[in-house]
Amino acid sequence: MATTCQSWIVYRQVSSIDTGAREILPFRFGYACNALPLPNGVSVTALLEIEDLRTQFFTSAGTVQAVDGISYTVEPGETVAIVGESGCGKSVGALSILQLIPDPPGRIVGGAIRFQGRDLLQASDQEMRDIRGRDIAMVFQEPMTSLNPVLTIGRQLTETLEHHLGMSRPDADARALELLGMVGISDPKRRLRQYPHHLSGGMRQRVMIAMALCCEPKLIIADEPTTALDVTIQAQILELMKDLTKRLGVALIVITHNLGVVARYADRVNVMYAGKIIERGDAGEIYRNPRHPYTLGLLRSVPRMDLPRKDKLDPIEGQPPDLTRLDGGCPFRPRCRFAVDRCATEMPRLEAVDGEHFSACWQADALTATERVAS
Amino acid sequence: MSVAAPAEAQVSAAPLLQVRNLKKHFPITEGILIQKAVAHVKAVDGVSFDIRRGETLGLVGESGCGKTTTGRCILQLDRPTEGEIVFDGINLNDLDSRALSPLRQRIQVIFQDPYSSLNPRMKIGDIIAEPIYVHGLEPDAQKRMDRVRELLAVCGLNPKMADRYPHEMSGGQRQRVGIARALSLNPDFIICDEAVSALDVSIQAQVINLLEELREKFDLTYLFIAHDLSVVRHLCHRVAVMYLGRMVELADCDELFDNPQHPYTQALLSAIPVPDPDIERAREHRVLKGEVPSPINPPSGCVFNPRCPLAVEGCRSDIPELREVKPGHWVACTEV
Repeated sequence: MATTCQSWIVYRQVSSIDTGAREILPFRFGYACNALPLPNGVSVTALLEIEDLRTQFFTSAGTVQAVDGISYTVEPGETVAIVGESGCGKSVGALSILQLIPDPPGRIVGGAIRFQGRDLLQASDQEMRDIRGRDIAMVFQEPMTSLNPVLTIGRQLTETLEHHLGMSRPDADARALELLGMVGISDPKRRLRQYPHHLSGGMRQRVMIAMALCCEPKLIIADEPTTALDVTIQAQILELMKDLTKRLGVALIVITHNLGVVARYADRVNVMYAGKIIERGDAGEIYRNPRHPYTLGLLRSVPRMDLPRKDKLDPIEGQPPDLTRLDGGCPFRPRCRFAVDRCATEMPRLEAVDGEHFSACWQADALTATERVAS
Repeated sequence: MSVAAPAEAQVSAAPLLQVRNLKKHFPITEGILIQKAVAHVKAVDGVSFDIRRGETLGLVGESGCGKTTTGRCILQLDRPTEGEIVFDGINLNDLDSRALSPLRQRIQVIFQDPYSSLNPRMKIGDIIAEPIYVHGLEPDAQKRMDRVRELLAVCGLNPKMADRYPHEMSGGQRQRVGIARALSLNPDFIICDEAVSALDVSIQAQVINLLEELREKFDLTYLFIAHDLSVVRHLCHRVAVMYLGRMVELADCDELFDNPQHPYTQALLSAIPVPDPDIERAREHRVLKGEVPSPINPPSGCVFNPRCPLAVEGCRSDIPELREVKPGHWVACTEV
């Protein structure tokens, strides 16, 4: 215990310089003692750094290149959105971070995932178990199926606290009560003894968030956290997550298909298509000035509440490609109205078009010119 | 507690469908051998509206507000507990299943989930041809298949897909098959029950455009049930908002979105994020507190009163009736 506490002190000094925000956390029980010690001599800039990650599924129909060489970073305390349609690899990419890909059929075949400077792909199973839920927590899409139906809400919260932080049962109970209050659950004492089926969808998602927060992680991955919820409840949950991550200085990766949710909450956005990140940038910049035809198409195809009604929507024609049969060209080419010959043979790399704004398109410059003409 | 029929004052052409004081209560039973009802889920509790020929009425609300049950009652898939459903002058509730059959040809439905609403063991062609066969409209198998190919082409699919199975198709393609099946009997009226909710944005826009094209081409009337208000705003002429089995607001589409009156409608509109960070971060968000109460034991008075920012004492005891605050704009709230 003494050695871990020492490393914790070292870590706290380093991290408080990095984030500053972690100072606010209440360390009443001193249970952050087991926080991940930093390797010596590593200077941490990004909290999470993903480099050329490749995850494939080996099925009877062929090899599915679900995630095909994505790279991005998450800074401490920031909210990064991963946007894309079903099957674009956004969830698989997130599950890969925590190595929750079912193997077989899936496998991470290449790349690096550096969390606080340490490559998670080199970590042992035991080390990964310690990281999951303590340093990186996850909020899943379906609050109906991701809670254990035969355990009480209280037990599901205290289990994590006892396992990761070595808390005693009464301490864990007290902390669970506090957490439920923090996520806005009324009458938390009674809720602790209830089972998931007693709770509504919104309440269950609040419990999921409490579970994610219970070890004060540095990073929360939220995979479509509000897709299964009604709009008024969605607004409640998103406000709660925004408020808590800001207050506790937790970094957040939000995976979603809802462009409105991204606009309201994300600092930076990664747009994915067919297993690749095709555009990245500051949220405002991406919406104002999209530099990839797919992002432009997505933004145009949603009916907007704030603009006058259009006669016709402007959809992206065609279907997303079959991920088992990708050729060397740009996967968006068959649906793209800006495509040129080069798109068929060479996949464009994600390159800076304007400061921190990246696009993987040969026509990124033509796009802005056409846009100006169109508007 | 009968709700005033809102559309009566504003009907110009004769309505195709009139729904009057529709109620559907599902019993909750107890006991193994002798079942007795101990309570009722009031899924729909006194809803009235008209749909004019050629118009699209949007029916919006959150899960459990009774919008799907309203659609199922119109289709007579669930027999209403009370109220009238008059389609083209005929009260559907009075008819037995044999007498309903010819009317069923004229009222069709497109379901939400393109994965579970197609029989996985039937070919696409057979799925679309089945209604034609069941209603005996085209006894000749060859001519039936010609019609199927025509329908597939109308819905933007390759006619060769008639020989495929549902699992070979994507979600968007399956939803087009669902639309082709609904069109196979040349209906007048189609109920779209969350018809585009399960689709990705780029595909959703394609299907919305298809629905609009078909409306013009075949003079269709739609009841468009959805929870996505931005889609409803794009597609509908008039919009009705439901909450916990009651209708809280009914108005022309532009009027409802520009000038919402009921506090629930206002909160619902405020909760929808706009895909533009500049606007989204600048505008005010009115987040509703609490959750939708249970329809088994709804709050007394106005069902919205526990979550309502405007609620006064009277809201707990008196049920507000729909009243016309402007021509064609009906609101069930005493405080607006």
